[in-house]
Amino acid sequence: MPMVMDYKAYLRRKLLIGLVLFLSLLAVSLLSLSSGPYHVSVKEVLAVLFGGGNRDDRLVLLGIRLPRIVAGILVGASMGVAGAVLQGYLRNPLATPFTMGVSHGAMFGASLAIILGAGYSLNSGQVFLNNPYAVVLFAFLGAISATLVILALARLRGLSPEAIVLAGVAMSSLYSALTTLVQYFANELQLSAMVYWSFGNLARATWRENAIMAIAFAFVFVYFLIKRWDLNASTLGDEIAKSVGVNIERERLVGTLLSAFITSVTVAFVGVIGFVGLIAPHSMRLIAGGDYRSLIPLSALAGALLLVSADTIARLIVSPMTLPVGVITSFLGAPTFIYLLVKMEGRR
Amino acid sequence: MIEARNVGFSYGEREVLRGINLEVGEGEFVAILGPNGAGKSTLLRCLAGILKCNGVFVKDRPIGDYPPRELSKVLAYVPQRAEPGFLTVFGTVLLGRRPYMGLTPSERDLNVVEEALRKLSIEKLALKRTNEISGGELQKVSIARALAQEPEILLMDEPTNNLDLKSQLEVMRLARELAKEGKAVLTVMHDVNLALRFAKRFVFMKNGRKIADGGLEVLSEELFKEVYGVKVEIGEIRGVPVVMPI
Repeated sequence: MPMVMDYKAYLRRKLLIGLVLFLSLLAVSLLSLSSGPYHVSVKEVLAVLFGGGNRDDRLVLLGIRLPRIVAGILVGASMGVAGAVLQGYLRNPLATPFTMGVSHGAMFGASLAIILGAGYSLNSGQVFLNNPYAVVLFAFLGAISATLVILALARLRGLSPEAIVLAGVAMSSLYSALTTLVQYFANELQLSAMVYWSFGNLARATWRENAIMAIAFAFVFVYFLIKRWDLNASTLGDEIAKSVGVNIERERLVGTLLSAFITSVTVAFVGVIGFVGLIAPHSMRLIAGGDYRSLIPLSALAGALLLVSADTIARLIVSPMTLPVGVITSFLGAPTFIYLLVKMEGRR
Repeated sequence: MIEARNVGFSYGEREVLRGINLEVGEGEFVAILGPNGAGKSTLLRCLAGILKCNGVFVKDRPIGDYPPRELSKVLAYVPQRAEPGFLTVFGTVLLGRRPYMGLTPSERDLNVVEEALRKLSIEKLALKRTNEISGGELQKVSIARALAQEPEILLMDEPTNNLDLKSQLEVMRLARELAKEGKAVLTVMHDVNLALRFAKRFVFMKNGRKIADGGLEVLSEELFKEVYGVKVEIGEIRGVPVVMPI
């Protein structure tokens, strides 16, 4: 059966792509660990990672840089997977959890927590959150609530994938109006805390936050790996999906909810970081094809690589100052995305 | 094998199917014919379990009683059009094996896919993405996927749509062969002459009702006048009836 052999060779090639991404991620992470205002050589970085190294190095690497890089990996992987899955279930290349109102919902939640007294900014410009967990909780609830409203509608009224995306646009608009309203009544110290919160920042995640994000990601990642055939079926249209025995309406609801869930967890902890959920899956589709067996792990790796790289650039480009990583992802992301779109259209 | 007992269906207020009775047994090749909006595709979707309609029985068991996976081992449906995407042709046809496999396809699954690709003579396209092939080729991929399900009942909505003359003949011959192997094959058709040449039984529909049902003997010029509102002459070429609008 020569064709079957060809197909297996084709699958092995994707494994190679995964390996290259993984090694790049390792390399960028090591580079990121070693660079910064306090320089640590790669050799010493390795020593610290394997339990050695001097006290200062250990403090900087394990206490500050490593949690930040792990956060970058977890957030990037979550966004990559969430984007890939939503694009499949909603059959819309623009779909990400952010199109379901997650980012605007989170912004509203965080703003509400701040105006209720969870934080303000000091005159020095430094932001002080006297109750960071309230902000995280409110941001999470705001983020997930937009999706819950849309999915409740979809369940009751049998919304099509197109209608779900449009409902997401409407919810985003509603939440941004609510945010504006909250900001209008905030004092200037609270206002600057809100604005500061809206800059995504991976430094907010410590080991505890990373542990929560890792658990959420692992659960959702495994779930989607198990559902990979259903995702493949979904891309062919509802009728074909049903014909091969997929309960497509249910899978779409659960898949959308879980994508929104992991995104909401990450957004609550580190704020809104755009474009990773679009670029990671689309670049992998172009390079490795649309089979979700490989697309899910590859999107996770690509998302992680993208975000860790962007964050390293954000830390180093105007060192010792650190730019918000969201600015870098959007700066690099917007033109890359347009390039990908043009390339994809050309393939039709 | 598959049966509709007094099946009706409405999209909201609009009634599209009324009191349809139809029984198709093993080895039958049935063409469903009729003008646009007659309810042919709706009937096929009811029979496929895509639309929830009361009164559809598969092997004497109500279709709603089947778990989705079990149903898709018995019955495969080919919609009017498939969505092109980033999956390979092989990967798309492999989806037909989903009802049979756990998390990874077995050797047998892969071999069935190869066989299905061969039957539709699209083995050269195996590693192409479905957004890189033509509409007709995509249609064949969709049919190959249905074959990979190894169904006992095959429902196809305008399977010859988008196909060139040669491919139309290939697909119709394949459908006839599958029926000879004992499968029940139902196709919605627009090309009356193609249907007459290959199918053995004809169901004519209009305004959601069945107007006629039977072999070549049901054909008459009056029937075409009634169903399509067109005056035709029925001739014969090499023993096959040919309908010519005049």
